[in-house]
Amino acid sequence: MMKDPALFTYCMRLADDSAILSQRLGEWCGHASHLEEDIALTNVALDLIGHARELYTYAGQIEGKGRDEDALCFHRVEREFTNLLLVEQPNDDFAYAIMRQFLFSAFMHPFWEAMMNSKDELLAGLAAKAEKEAAYHLRHSAEWVIRLGDGTEESHNRTNDALEFLWMYTGEMFECDDVVSSLVAKEVAIDPMSIKHLWDETVNSVLARANLERPAESWMQTGGRKGEHSEHLGHILSPMQYLQRSFPQAQW
Amino acid sequence: MYTQALNNPAVETGIEDEEKLAAFQARIDREEKIEPNDWMPAAYRKTLVRQISQHAHSEVVGMLPEGNWVTRAPSLKRKAILLAKIQDEGGHGLYLYSAAETLGVSREELVDQLLTGKAKYSSIFNYPTLNWADVGAVGWLVDGAAIMNQIPLCRCSYGPYSRAMIRICKEESFHQRQGYDLLVAMMKGTAEQQEMVQDAVNRLWWPSLMMFGPSDKDSKHSAASMKWKIKRFTNDELRQKFVDATVLQAKVLGITLPDPDLKFNEETGHWEHGQPDWDEFYNTIQGNGICNKQRMKDRIKAHENGAWVREAAQAYAAKQAAKKSAA
Repeated sequence: MMKDPALFTYCMRLADDSAILSQRLGEWCGHASHLEEDIALTNVALDLIGHARELYTYAGQIEGKGRDEDALCFHRVEREFTNLLLVEQPNDDFAYAIMRQFLFSAFMHPFWEAMMNSKDELLAGLAAKAEKEAAYHLRHSAEWVIRLGDGTEESHNRTNDALEFLWMYTGEMFECDDVVSSLVAKEVAIDPMSIKHLWDETVNSVLARANLERPAESWMQTGGRKGEHSEHLGHILSPMQYLQRSFPQAQW
Repeated sequence: MYTQALNNPAVETGIEDEEKLAAFQARIDREEKIEPNDWMPAAYRKTLVRQISQHAHSEVVGMLPEGNWVTRAPSLKRKAILLAKIQDEGGHGLYLYSAAETLGVSREELVDQLLTGKAKYSSIFNYPTLNWADVGAVGWLVDGAAIMNQIPLCRCSYGPYSRAMIRICKEESFHQRQGYDLLVAMMKGTAEQQEMVQDAVNRLWWPSLMMFGPSDKDSKHSAASMKWKIKRFTNDELRQKFVDATVLQAKVLGITLPDPDLKFNEETGHWEHGQPDWDEFYNTIQGNGICNKQRMKDRIKAHENGAWVREAAQAYAAKQAAKKSAA
C-alpha cells in the first residue's frame, strides 16, 4: 500500500508538466530564429528537466515500487501522463512557443513562490530553487510577448492567433480536485485559485503592453490531469520513449 | 570547434608599408597579442576573418547532427547533458562571431556568406548521426580532434580569438569527457549497446581524421599563417597527436578502431596509421557529402522562419527608441 497516493499523484502531475514542456522546447534546439534565442529556449528546457528529475525521483520513492525517474518518464503510456493540455500544444511557430511559455510561467512563478511554504520538505526545497528559475522564464517569455505583440503587423497577428488558440487550455491550471484539496488541507499543496489574481495581474499587464486583447472568458478544456489528452501527446512520447522501450534492459 | 580554414593558404592582398610590416612581425615574434585597434596587414585581417567565421559556422551547423537526438535521448540525465552541450556550441558560435566582428565585419554578413554557400564549415558535420552512440562518439572523437586543433589557437597572435579559444577549449574538453562517459556506459551494457558503439566508431573514425585536413605533402602550405602565429602545427603533426591519444582510450573502452594499418612504432614512439579516403574528403567539402544539402536546408529554413521574429524585435526596439527621444 502506497503511503501517500495523493502526494504521488500531485508530484507526477508537476513532473509531467515539466517533462512534456521541456520536450517541446527541445524541439527548437538548433532551429530557433537566432542563436541567442536558441540558447535561451534550451536554458528553459534544462531547468524544466531538472524539476522533472527531482519530482519523478521523489514520486518513485513515495510509490515504493522501485521505479526511478526514467522508469516513470519513459515507461508510461499516454493515458497515464497527467500533464496540463497547455504544455503539450505544438510549436506551430515561435509565437505559439512563447505564448505557451508565458501563460504557463505566469502561473508557475507565483505557484513555486507559494510552495516555498509547503509542509513537505522536498517540495518546499524544490520550490525555493524553481521560483528563481520560473521568474526568469516569465521575464523572458513576457518580454517576447510584448516585443512580438507590439512589433510588426505580422508578429502581432501571429501572437494574437497563438493567444486565442491557447487560451482555452489555461483553465486547467486552476482546477482543484480531491487530490489537490486533500493536500491543501495538510498545507502540502496550495489551492491554485489562491494565486489566480496574481496570474490575472501578470497576464493583463503584459497583454496590455503588447497591444493584445485578453480573450473573453469562455469554455475551458480539461482532461490532462485525468490522462485525457489531445492527439499531440502520443507523438511527443513516441520519439521520447523509443530507446527505452526498444531496449528495456539497457542502462544509458 | 572546427578549424579546417587553417588548411587554406593565407590571403595575400596588396602591398603593405614595409616598415609597419616589420614592426608588426616583430610584435608577433615577441609573442605579443595583436588587438582590434592595432595596425595589421590587410591579409592578416582577411585570413582571420575567414578562419574565425568558418569556425563560428562550424559550431552552429554542428548543433544539427547532435540536435538530431535531443528528442530521443534515452534518459533525462543524458538529455540534459546533450542539451547543455549543444547550448555550449551555440555559445561558441556567439563568441566567435563577436571575435570576427572586432575585425570589421558584421555577423549578418557572415551568416549570409554561410547561407549562400560562399563560406564553408567543417566537413565532419556533413556526416549523419545514426544511433545514440554517435552522440558519444561525436563528443569523444570529433570534439577530441577539435581540441587538438584548438589548443594551439589559445596562443594565436590575435587577442580576441585567442581569448575566445581559451574558454572554448575548456568547454570542449568537458564535452569530450562526457562523450567518452556515454560510450563507457554503453560498453558496460547489453550486446546491442556495444554494437551501437562499435558502429558509431566505425563510421566516425575516418571523418574525424579528415578534420585535420589533407596530408602535409598535399596541403596548400600556409607559410604566412605559420609566420603570423595563427597556425602553429602542421596537419599531420596534429593528426598524429590525436591518433596517439585516442588509440589507448579506444583500448580502455574495448572497441576496435577500423584501421588495419594501426601499429605502434617503437622507434618513433608514435602509432602509425592508414590514410582516410581523401576523395571522399574533397567531395564532402565540395558539397557532395550525404548531409551537406540537408544541413544547409535546415539552416536556411531556421533563418527564414525566424525572419519575422527578428524584424519584430527590431521594429519594437525602434518604437521604444522613438518614444524615448520624444519624451
